[in-house]
Amino acid sequence: MEWTDEAIVLDSRKHGETGTIVTLLTPTHGRHAGLVYGGTGSKSRGLYQPGNQIRATWRGRLAEHLGSFTAEMVTPHAALLLDDALKLEGLLAACAVAEGALPEREPHAAVFIGFQALLLAMDSPGWPAIYIKLELGLLRELGFGLDLESCVVTGETEGLAFVSPRTGRAVTTAAAAPYKEKLLRLPPFLLRGASLEDVPVADWLDGLALSAHFLERHVFWPHNKTLPASRTRFVDRLAGSATISGNPTA
Amino acid sequence: MTGPEIDRLIQLLARLPGLGPRSARRVALHLLKRREVLLQPLAAAMTDAAEKVQPCSQCGNLDTIDPCAICADPRRDPSIICVVEEVADLWALERARIFAGRYHVLGGTLSALDGVGPEDLNIGPLLGRARQAAVREVVIATNATTDGQTTAHYLTDRLADCDVSVTRLAYGVPVGGELDYLDDGTLAAALKARRAF
Repeated sequence: MEWTDEAIVLDSRKHGETGTIVTLLTPTHGRHAGLVYGGTGSKSRGLYQPGNQIRATWRGRLAEHLGSFTAEMVTPHAALLLDDALKLEGLLAACAVAEGALPEREPHAAVFIGFQALLLAMDSPGWPAIYIKLELGLLRELGFGLDLESCVVTGETEGLAFVSPRTGRAVTTAAAAPYKEKLLRLPPFLLRGASLEDVPVADWLDGLALSAHFLERHVFWPHNKTLPASRTRFVDRLAGSATISGNPTA
Repeated sequence: MTGPEIDRLIQLLARLPGLGPRSARRVALHLLKRREVLLQPLAAAMTDAAEKVQPCSQCGNLDTIDPCAICADPRRDPSIICVVEEVADLWALERARIFAGRYHVLGGTLSALDGVGPEDLNIGPLLGRARQAAVREVVIATNATTDGQTTAHYLTDRLADCDVSVTRLAYGVPVGGELDYLDDGTLAAALKARRAF
């Protein structure tokens, strides 16, 4: 058995003395693990850093075997972000969330495309918004998408400002008034057609709290897992950053 | 074929890095053939090391004395601390004889997937050392991997309220390296970290 596909490295961990077990996100084979012979060597170590985009070939005797990977670099995203603490945390958080949330060997092309969009957006000031959209897209792919199109109470499409933590559906400010404290804030940049530019940091944090709630509730907690520590560090760092690449503070 | 003593020796040797069951058998045979010149001195050296070698209470280095020889050396510059992931990294820097300051061994890196958090690393004592009046600079020499650099950024944040300058090792082209043979990641990092001539 053999296939070749574009891939994003999600994780790489040592196996034995010289090998590594690498987990990749591919458009047609989903999250797929495989052994890399000599993966700890100087030639392979840099290639299999989380976040790197590679072209990988998987070989195995049977489809259900772990199999092995060989690969060549497409874009060394990890190396380009090593210097930037926030972006590096964001990249690792995205890798860890995808690694923890996606089932193995189940194709989710939309998640791959979303991840690619995040990697390409890393140079733009609004990249945390893309990160949040990736997490919401991940939820949608797993069957837990939020309905942010209209109010769950009134059916209105204007004035949406909250999300029900139980149903994942949007609520207008007026309809939310009696239960405001119990609802999650819906940042305006998540509404259809909203601009991702000049988003205040507070809105990003609201977006991250929104996706964290549903990721925990539907994806991580049912498997007795918590959100990855790297995601928590990313949120902490984002909350602590006064400005990000010129973005306005809240 | 062999007695339980030899089997046990082979089993233990096979657990060492670089040795499998076959090479462990070869090593065991080699040791047994050279009992006086190799096996007994090796056994004595290992017993000695097991009894005397311990982690330094200041930096985490391994030595027979506490504080270790590096921490106790008055010729070493006490104003600069180099933070490394493991003792092997400290030994690598010592081999190069380019650093005359003191060290601090973290004992690993932050890793979400392996469940290693800040509380699992030797960070508290580093902060204590960095707050000492004599310390002026902390060089973070963690590996140029995503986990290594995440740890470096985390340490930089934690050291922000200490009155020290925090520096890190440069990324780039190794001495003797030819661009044609370098991996894309190293080239990208080297180009990004370029500086004025």
